[in-house]
Order: sequence, then C-alpha cells, then structure tokens
Amino acid sequence: MSYELLGGRVLASDFGSSVSVWGALITVFMIALSIGYLLGGTLSTRRASFRDLGAILVLQAVTTFLSLVISESILDWIFAHMDDVRYGALTAAALLFFVPTVISGMVSPYAVRLLVTNVRESGRYAGKLLFVSTFGSAAGTIVTSFYLVLWFEVNQIIYGLTAISIAVGLAAMTKKPALAA
Amino acid sequence: MKRLALLCAALWLGFTGIANARTDIHSERSLYRNIVVYEEDGLRCMIFNKRSRSNARQTCMKLSAPDELVFNFTKMMMASLYLDPNPKDILIVGLGGGTLAQTLLKILPEARIDAVEVDRAVINVADKFFDVRPSERLAIHEADGRTFVKRQIGKKSYDLVMLDAFDEDYIPEHMLTRDFLAELKQVMKPNAVLAANTFTTSELYDHESVTYAAAFGEFYNLKTNNRIILTRLAGRPPMNEIEKNAAKFEPAFKPLGVGKDWLLPMFSTQIDWKRDARILTDQYSPSNLLNSRSR
Repeated sequence: MSYELLGGRVLASDFGSSVSVWGALITVFMIALSIGYLLGGTLSTRRASFRDLGAILVLQAVTTFLSLVISESILDWIFAHMDDVRYGALTAAALLFFVPTVISGMVSPYAVRLLVTNVRESGRYAGKLLFVSTFGSAAGTIVTSFYLVLWFEVNQIIYGLTAISIAVGLAAMTKKPALAA
Repeated sequence: MKRLALLCAALWLGFTGIANARTDIHSERSLYRNIVVYEEDGLRCMIFNKRSRSNARQTCMKLSAPDELVFNFTKMMMASLYLDPNPKDILIVGLGGGTLAQTLLKILPEARIDAVEVDRAVINVADKFFDVRPSERLAIHEADGRTFVKRQIGKKSYDLVMLDAFDEDYIPEHMLTRDFLAELKQVMKPNAVLAANTFTTSELYDHESVTYAAAFGEFYNLKTNNRIILTRLAGRPPMNEIEKNAAKFEPAFKPLGVGKDWLLPMFSTQIDWKRDARILTDQYSPSNLLNSRSR
C-alpha cells in the first residue's frame, strides 16, 4: 500500500492526479497481486523453503529499486508517445509497478505453505497471515501518508522500504533449514 | 392591537429572514467533489463540499452587476495586467466559475485564453450558471493542469499565466512544486507574467514562498486574506513601470470595482516568510499536512 501511495506521486508529475490516474494505478496493483498469489501458490507446491521465501523478498526489493531507477526515462517516453492520459497512466503503472507487485503478491501464499504443518491448522495460519499482511498494509498506508511524506522524499521512502525487504529477505535466507522444516 | 403589531413584526422579520436565506439552485456530485451553486444576498456562488474546512467559495457573481468582481483575490489577480498591459496569449489553470477568464476577455479585446479545468462537472456548471462557454477567444480544456502545461512545452507559449487551481482544501500538491514551476517557465514567453493565487494562513506559506523564489527569483507579494504572487519571467519589473500601466487601466477596472489606489499599495517586496523553509519538489510536497498547521 505504501508503494501504491507513492506510485501515485510518481505518476502525478506526468499524468496529474485525476481519478483515472488513480484508477490505472489501482488496477495494475490488483492485477499484479492476483497473478502473484497464483504464482506464489504454485511455486509453494514444489520445494518450499525459507531460503526461497527470502529470495522472493530480495527479488521484489531489487525489481522495485530498478523500476525506480528507470522510472524517469520510461515516464518521459510514455508521455511523448501516448496522448490519452488514461492509457498513458495505465502503461506507465504497468511498466513500473507490475513486476515488483507480482513478486510481492507471491510472498503470502508461499509463506502459508511454510507455516502450515497440518491440514487441520491450515485455516488458522492462513487467517493469521492475512491478518498480518492486511494489518501491515494499513500501517504502511497511515505511516506513509501521515508522517513519512512529511519527513522524507518519495524516493528516500521507497529506498527505505526496499532496504527493509532486503534485510528481512536475507534474514529468512540465512534461517537454518532445521528450523524451517 | 399590540399583539397584532407584534405578530406583524414577527412575520416581517421571518419573511426577510427567508428572503436573505441561502437558496441552493444546483448541487451535484462530480468525480472529485460535491459542487453546490447557491444564491444569497444577491450573489450567485459556487462552492465545493458544503462542509469543507475552509468553506472557501470558489466563485461568486453579483446578479445585479455580473462584471463586478466579488472577491479580493480576483481583483488582485487583475493586477497582473500592471506588469504587462497587453497579453495576447493567456493561460488560466483552474477555470472554476470562469470569473478570471470572463473579465480578461472583456478588458482585453485581442486576448486569446486557454483555460484548463480537470473537472468536467465544473466546466458544465460554469457554462450553465456563470455564462462561461468556449468561443474563438476562449478554449476550455478538460485536463489536469500539470499534464496540460507539460503537453504545451515546445508547442505554445503564453504572455500571461494565471494559477488558480484549487480543490476544496487547497492547490493540488503536484502543482506546488519547483518541478512544476520549471515546466511552467517553459511555456512562458521571455517577458511573460506569472500570477499565482495562494493562501497565507498556514505553514505552507513559507514553503510556497521559497519555492516560487527558487523558480522565479524576486516577486511582488500582494496580500489580503489571500496572497497573490506576481512577477515576470525576465524578472520583477520596477515600480514606476507598474504605476504607469496602472493609470491606463483605471477606466477599464472601474466597472470591476477595483482600482490602482487599492492595488498599488499592496505591491510588497518584503520577505515575510522563513527563508530556510524546505523547497517543495515532486519528491517532497506534503502540502495538505503543512497546510493544516497554522503559522
């Protein structure tokens, strides 16, 4: 959610902040997340490990970082080649946010697989995880929109978030396999 | 008898009370806001969101004298003509009820105006209730102000740019940044005039002031409850030039209810803001948060 809010800021400089721009952004995030859930679920049926979960988090951070680096040239190109604000914003949102968001969508179903040890308990773990991730989204939304934007620049906040993802990802990767079983 | 007189008095008071009460003549929910048009005390006004904090009226028109300017800020915006008495191409960001556009079209018979408004419903209300419609000299563009400006770069440039884009609270944050002003400069002719309508009451005043100063250098600061930033791209013109132009506009400004005796003393060059306030950029523009902190 924090990325999504900041994504609105990134798009505003070229496409404004009209309703259609927010619509485009939310559409891309929702489609990407839904695909991420599918992929994460499928991937978890192979050989789920904390190491791979960590790798997903690191990959998500790296792709976010990369899309931020190339954002300006991509936005310029789209602005120059697409006249319709709606499709311009949709294309920009897709090119910049689709891949990182797909990857972040993979985390939850994959983590469910790691947490669940028996079928009877699976609903409880899924519920817990949904609680944590949705509550985290809410926290990310309020902290970002109420405070972080007052203290930091947009890019600084995104770099901070990617740094946290990398740290968590690396921690998961180094977690001992014995504990992960 | 006495009772009857009292009753009559009460009825009369009640009646005048009703006569002066606000009558909503139109209200609609647009994609962005609730728009209400009402009439009260001989004025027809448009507001966004009945309960908006500032309760700022976007536009008011005096029904008996539609040419007369009701608000101080529109009167102050007209002072931009003192910096260039004959702008041919004018850009107005934020149409609202179209007061600025209508007034400029009347005063400047040769001017052509591009007015930009993001909300289709506001364009319709301006047409229906304030008689503002496109003509050969007035083009109304339904677009985000920032996107429109960026699209004009390299295609068209203006002699006068007026920034008056407000939502129910304040100016949208992506139109407050140094990056936006840099884009705006690219659609201004070398001697073009900038007039920007802003508020004075919040902490944002400091941030906006340093941001405009960073983009345009020194400017004239006209203040009532609003603050109008006036300058030229080539630099703030000297006061004697402004006074000379002001004299020319006295006849044309009279029907508007504004004149040089009121406007000229307002031209201030005094820096009354914190110089070390942080400049607003696309990266840092928490305008709504800063705007809620009073100075």
